[in-house]
Amino acid sequence: MTSLLIITGTILIIALFALVYRILALVNIAKGTHEKRVGFSNTVNGFLFIVFFFVGFGAFFWYSGKAEYLPPPSSEHGVITDNLFWVTTAIITVAFVLTHILLFFFPYWFRFREDRKAHWYPDNTKLELLWTVIPGAVMALLVITGLIEWTKITAPAPEDAVQFEIVGKQFNWMVRYPGKDGKLGKYDYTKIDGTNQLGMDFANDKANFDDFIPREIHIPKGKPVKLNIRARDVLHSVYMPHFRVKMDAVPGMPTTFWFIPTKTTAEMRKELNNDKFNYEMACTEVCGNGHFAMRMIIVVDEPEEFNKWVTEQEPWASQNKDYIAGLNLRDLNLADLEK
Amino acid sequence: MSVVDTQLHTSVDSHVHHDEHHDHEHHEQSFIRKYIFSEDHKIIAKQFLITGIFWAIIGGIFSVIFRLQLGFPDANLEILRPILGGWITEQGKLDQNFYLALVTMHGTIMIFFVLTAGLSGTFSNFLIPLQIGARDMASGFLNMLSYWFFFASSVVMFISIFIKTGPAAGGWVIYPPLSALPQASLGSGLGMTMWLISMALFIVGSLLGSINYVTTVINLRTKGMSMWRLPLTVWAFFLTAVIGILSFPVLFSAALLLIFDRSFGTSFYLDQIYIDGEALHHSGGSALLFQHLFWFLGHPEVYIVLLPALGITSEIIATNARKPIFGYSAMVISMLAITFISFIVWAHHMFVTGMNPFLGSVFMLLTLIIAVPSAVKSFNYITTLWRGNIVFTPAMLFSIGLVSFFISGGVTGIALGNSAIDIQLHDTYFVVAHFHLVMGSASFFGMLAGIYHWFPKMFGRMMDDKLGYVHFWITFIGVYFVFFPMHYIGIAGFPRRYYSWTNFDAFSSYTDLNMLISIAAIIALSAQFIFLFNFFYSIFYGRLAPLNPWRSNTLEWTTPRLPGHGNWPGKIPTVYRWPYDYSKPNAKEDFIPQNVPHYETIESNLEHEKELEEYDRELAKEGDIQISSHAH
Repeated sequence: MTSLLIITGTILIIALFALVYRILALVNIAKGTHEKRVGFSNTVNGFLFIVFFFVGFGAFFWYSGKAEYLPPPSSEHGVITDNLFWVTTAIITVAFVLTHILLFFFPYWFRFREDRKAHWYPDNTKLELLWTVIPGAVMALLVITGLIEWTKITAPAPEDAVQFEIVGKQFNWMVRYPGKDGKLGKYDYTKIDGTNQLGMDFANDKANFDDFIPREIHIPKGKPVKLNIRARDVLHSVYMPHFRVKMDAVPGMPTTFWFIPTKTTAEMRKELNNDKFNYEMACTEVCGNGHFAMRMIIVVDEPEEFNKWVTEQEPWASQNKDYIAGLNLRDLNLADLEK
Repeated sequence: MSVVDTQLHTSVDSHVHHDEHHDHEHHEQSFIRKYIFSEDHKIIAKQFLITGIFWAIIGGIFSVIFRLQLGFPDANLEILRPILGGWITEQGKLDQNFYLALVTMHGTIMIFFVLTAGLSGTFSNFLIPLQIGARDMASGFLNMLSYWFFFASSVVMFISIFIKTGPAAGGWVIYPPLSALPQASLGSGLGMTMWLISMALFIVGSLLGSINYVTTVINLRTKGMSMWRLPLTVWAFFLTAVIGILSFPVLFSAALLLIFDRSFGTSFYLDQIYIDGEALHHSGGSALLFQHLFWFLGHPEVYIVLLPALGITSEIIATNARKPIFGYSAMVISMLAITFISFIVWAHHMFVTGMNPFLGSVFMLLTLIIAVPSAVKSFNYITTLWRGNIVFTPAMLFSIGLVSFFISGGVTGIALGNSAIDIQLHDTYFVVAHFHLVMGSASFFGMLAGIYHWFPKMFGRMMDDKLGYVHFWITFIGVYFVFFPMHYIGIAGFPRRYYSWTNFDAFSSYTDLNMLISIAAIIALSAQFIFLFNFFYSIFYGRLAPLNPWRSNTLEWTTPRLPGHGNWPGKIPTVYRWPYDYSKPNAKEDFIPQNVPHYETIESNLEHEKELEEYDRELAKEGDIQISSHAH
């Protein structure tokens, strides 16, 4: 019934619109307005570009000045890429505004007038060279600064970096730390099951026994942190907005990203005046219907706190003794897990 | 001589002239051959246009539905149940799977069906023969096939919207493994299969069209129409077709390998996958391989969409500024440069995919180079306006709007092309803002500009100016209100393709901006109905069009009001000059059409054109003998 009403209403409105339009069109024909080459609308349209310019750019500058949009950077390279971003933004804003002054004022200034003829100006090689070279030079400058930084960011991580593994799966993240031996045990995707969700290969790598799988990510402030990223099922992408970190998680192809966090969670809470603040990790590669819900909390500790936290964690193998026992590994003494 | 010449011929060898000989071949075609399985380029163009408009409405409505979800996350969408049925959950929410399907379909429809087929298909078909002075495309039959492959592709895609599991939902880029594994997502089942079939058909249609466009431009130009006298529209269509021919087959191969992975157990893209409680047997494939193949089309595709719009704009701005386009050769060279560079920048979509970072450096360098020819084009458009005598037809307004979008969306590409900056911005709303302005809206405006400008030639009637103005201003303001705020949201780090952001503290702000965007989107979409009304009403009841309503120079305006099969009733006009002789000093009028020889315009000939007076006289004599004659 409702839909019938809506349909009837829509048809009526369209009919009314058509009628009014037809009448106006007939009036125009009677007045002979359309026979003039250019009517008053020309001036109105030209003028509207100027209005649009002022209102549009007014809103742009007013809103842009209102707040900080980028979340404050909490990693060393983040500060630099933020700077690059703002420098680039400043340059492109200048280009944007200047070109739009011309683009929106010319239409009004040079709107049609019966008594005037347009200026014959088919080309000017010097001018064209000029505006080929200038953008070229600016681009070169931006490319060079960007390249230098990109090379640094993507260089191999320092030897002493804190390492851990991030695994993306539908629809949550899992992380695994290497434990006391400092080594992440090998994994094999065919060993994955409901319990051993990361496919740790206990049979072939003893380094797995002390690995632990916490619910939150902990990283130390001021130390390089290296992420070893992989995915179990489809593409995911590790995204830590505050650290300016993003790297895809690809099934079958481990990826990596390293960075140095500069502010602990506590410091950030103070800076933002928000007791509830938490660093977060999200997914930025569409991975299915739960894509938007792949949240994990990151805690940045002072290095001492971080070390303490690491020692407090219980290895996954100790938490899942039944599982390990079920593997029937030959040279394994279950009592070892207690240590 | 006023009889339509029904025989089309390519050869202009030595022949005696006797048009009368062909008169008896003027026979009536059946309705089906004339309007449905037509080989006439003008009818095919209209078929592409109408199909494109149909898809644009669907794509637009889809975007508004998911904007409702994003702008009003708490709203009860029960009202949409009559249309969406089970995709509205018990709680009156949009289904999460369907949200992704909407996003995916919106992208696929807009990029391929509207802005590739609807734009290039319409205007390449319509304008190439008319503007180069040809009776039709090189192969009318292939041209007809091109449309019907596109139609078949459309049918398959359209049906996929209605199947139980919904259409493809992995994003328009359909990255595997998500798209390869039916168990990974609802949309990766039958919906994805249909997507792939539809795209395969689409690519065949697109290739048939492109080959035809290239052949026609190279072989069928009328006497005197050298490449350097081609209107910029034709240059743009020509280069677009070249890009299409070189890049679409790569997408075809990517899709084919994906079909193998999905259905025949191969492992081109799949490796070490555990899903749904099962470790899959696939091993040794590379998910990155697909991304490389995809973007090898995907990036040139941006220019397939954009170049025709830029070509149309060049023509419209010059005509309505009553000035020659500034720097014709620079415009052509820029387009050539863009064509070439568009093939070597694809991996800038992949900076943070795990690709070798050194490759990232190379692609960053190449990407920022492509900004230079784009900048040249923008400056040239602006200079064309300078000291012009501008007539604001709706087409002109949309062209100026296009230049504005091309700049505002283009400059942010400089930030995104910088791999160091892209780490943060990749896959955020900043990217969404960027490409919707520079590629989506700009091309869309190019398409609208083209429709307003060539409507009189297509349908023999005029569209209403006033409604055009209203349509333009609402759409122009609406588009900026939709896409400009997305920059802020993107800088704040909001990721794309999120059903909702409330799970994250970091993305829980800006609900007001998101609401504003959604409202603007609804208004901008509503304004398109003004256009639709204007379009369909004018087809039947519009004022009869004069022969050359915009006082334009190009050849299509030398045809009758409604050109029949073969375009020119008599012989094809000979071309004596470039298409941009607007407001030439000392000329009687502010335009000199391309078919006016220099010996008729002695008063306005420039110094270097004096010698053309005699040359044109010779050419005119030759034309009398040759053009009118035919093989067989």
